Amino acid sequence: MPSTKADIIAQLRREILPLQGIRPNAFPNASFPLGVVHEFCYNRLEDETASCGFIAAVLSALMKSGGVSLWISPSRILFPPALKSFGIDVDKIIFLDLQKEKEVLWAMEEALKCDGLTTVVAETRQIDFNASRRLQLAAEQSKVTGFVLHRSQNSFYISTSVTRWKITPLPSAFPNDMPGVGYPRWNVELLSIQTYFKYRIDTNRSA
Amino acid sequence: MAKRFVSIWFPYLRTDWFARHERILDEAPVVLVCPDHGRMIVTAANAIAQSQGIDIGTVLADARVIVPFLQVFDDKPNISDKLLNSLAEWCIRFSPSVGIDLPDGLILDATGCAHLWGSETSYIQSIRTRLKKLGYDNRVAIADTIGCAWAISHFGKTSFIIETGQQATALLTLPPSALRLDADIEERLHKLGLHHIKHFIGMPRSALRRRFGRQFLQKLDLALGYEEEVIQSVHPIEPYQERLPCLEPIITATGIEIALQRLLETLCYRLQHEEKGIRAAVFKCYRVDGKVEKIEIGTNHSTHNIKHLFKLFEIKLPTIEPALGIDLFILEAPKVEKISPLQEKLWEKVYDLDNARLSELLDRLAGKMGANSIHRYLPDEHYWPERSMKLASSLQEKPTTTWKIDKPRPLQLLSNPEPIEVTAPIPDYPPMLFRYKAKLHKVVKADGPERIEQEWWLQEGLHRDYYCVEDEEGCRYWLFRSGHYSADKSYKWFIHGFFA
Repeated sequence: MPSTKADIIAQLRREILPLQGIRPNAFPNASFPLGVVHEFCYNRLEDETASCGFIAAVLSALMKSGGVSLWISPSRILFPPALKSFGIDVDKIIFLDLQKEKEVLWAMEEALKCDGLTTVVAETRQIDFNASRRLQLAAEQSKVTGFVLHRSQNSFYISTSVTRWKITPLPSAFPNDMPGVGYPRWNVELLSIQTYFKYRIDTNRSA
Repeated sequence: MAKRFVSIWFPYLRTDWFARHERILDEAPVVLVCPDHGRMIVTAANAIAQSQGIDIGTVLADARVIVPFLQVFDDKPNISDKLLNSLAEWCIRFSPSVGIDLPDGLILDATGCAHLWGSETSYIQSIRTRLKKLGYDNRVAIADTIGCAWAISHFGKTSFIIETGQQATALLTLPPSALRLDADIEERLHKLGLHHIKHFIGMPRSALRRRFGRQFLQKLDLALGYEEEVIQSVHPIEPYQERLPCLEPIITATGIEIALQRLLETLCYRLQHEEKGIRAAVFKCYRVDGKVEKIEIGTNHSTHNIKHLFKLFEIKLPTIEPALGIDLFILEAPKVEKISPLQEKLWEKVYDLDNARLSELLDRLAGKMGANSIHRYLPDEHYWPERSMKLASSLQEKPTTTWKIDKPRPLQLLSNPEPIEVTAPIPDYPPMLFRYKAKLHKVVKADGPERIEQEWWLQEGLHRDYYCVEDEEGCRYWLFRSGHYSADKSYKWFIHGFFA
């Protein structure tokens, strides 16, 4: 029996989530999967920025206890000083600015094989099934988390990345309707998550 | 260990080169001429021309009378310099230290080299035949001193290998010019009837010095080995160098890989003992046709990890073109640093910037994409957005100031602000509408302005008034107006960044 008022409120909040269409157990073990490849797709430049923001927020959580990240991009406009406001040590991020699109995936695979890194982020135009499988295998081996940012493709496209996300910006909010641009808000859609991954983890755990 | 030197003399260096270059038959008489006082004077003649009576200094017209089918070429000044240089580089396969002996010879420091060919006889024979195959007539001698080797190669008649300590005996029958003397001293010796070295080698030194000067004695000492002579090597010898000569020319990629692996193993084994690591390395392949193919690598941290270094080279190996074959591989480490012994931490899961695996990854990426594609940023004390960060020069560099987060900065910043069309109330209100890439954005929320002035000591120009705006779809932008509002002057609006 819930004893205090706070407990009752917490209980109600948990109960209301499924009614809103949010499934807290979408992830295996109810935690953000690490050591895998996550995909982020976008259509507009604004969505790309929002995806970068989301990735930066995840990065800051992953890099809280130290570690180094690699950011691979063929035409980077990411502004490093802004990452600090997400709580990231910017000097711990190494940027790899490439000339050719096709070098990105090679560099990402090499980087994912290196367990001296915490995360690897790559911006690319397209990723195909083979490439995503190679990246996923490399990530599983070294337990480095990978983020691939790419433009949306047609719906028939398959990849072996564990999750696929689409982040779009939402109007910002300030408490009490204060004027001005408030805290950023995003619409975070988890388009797909590999269920086989969940089973794999379970079998590993029982083994 | 006694030093051994090889002297190579090319008696017909320049004519041989012309004969080779112009594809003249071996038996043809070749002379080089150059104009002097309105006549053409022979400046060099090959063996056949000389045997038929054409000497250097003969007028070309006279020479043509003696030998009607003379091959005549215009002499090129300074050609022997270049020629000797390339020959010296070619001779690197016989000895790591090769010096030039102007005007027409080379000196090799052959200490500890000859046994690789079996014996000194086969060593010298190999040099002779290979140079002969290149088309250069040559005389080669080996001795304990440079002076003696030079004398034998130029004036020796029977034996061209002078055993250790035998230089005095070998020199006895040679003329005084074998000692590389000045012309006037030589002339004086001949006037006195001293036509051979044996005539004066036993004379008291004080008498010789009084007659012929200190220099004469020095030359004698150099030849006899009482004084040491050093050669100026065309390739300064790297302290960390490994060589791998091949019996048969290598033309396959696998062969090159094996050679590289072998060289890396020996070099890294040596470095490991000295607690040193490679920061930069060069892999040189000497081809049979005299060209040198080389690839270079660099590392972020000093390392003697064979596997890693091999991987770095592996990326560039396909650029090596073996052509007819490679007969000598050299691995050099021009930059070597002390290695800090790494202690692997079992319990620490999180690695920092100084971990070996990361620097190995960066070495590989730098090898493939170029070192200038890897960037790391540190804060810089400027408000101007483009200058608020600076590139870190190395992985170890620490930030000197802190990153500023008091003002909002966009997550994505265009490297060049793009002009936009704006509707904005004057004087200093944020825009109500703006058009970017043919799309009209209606501004719902806005913050600003934040004025950022130009740093006049760095750059002239207008200040910027920055606004953070949000359109009705919830996208957030960073816009600025360049300069003040004024009625008579046009002002411009730009979009500079996107907030998350």
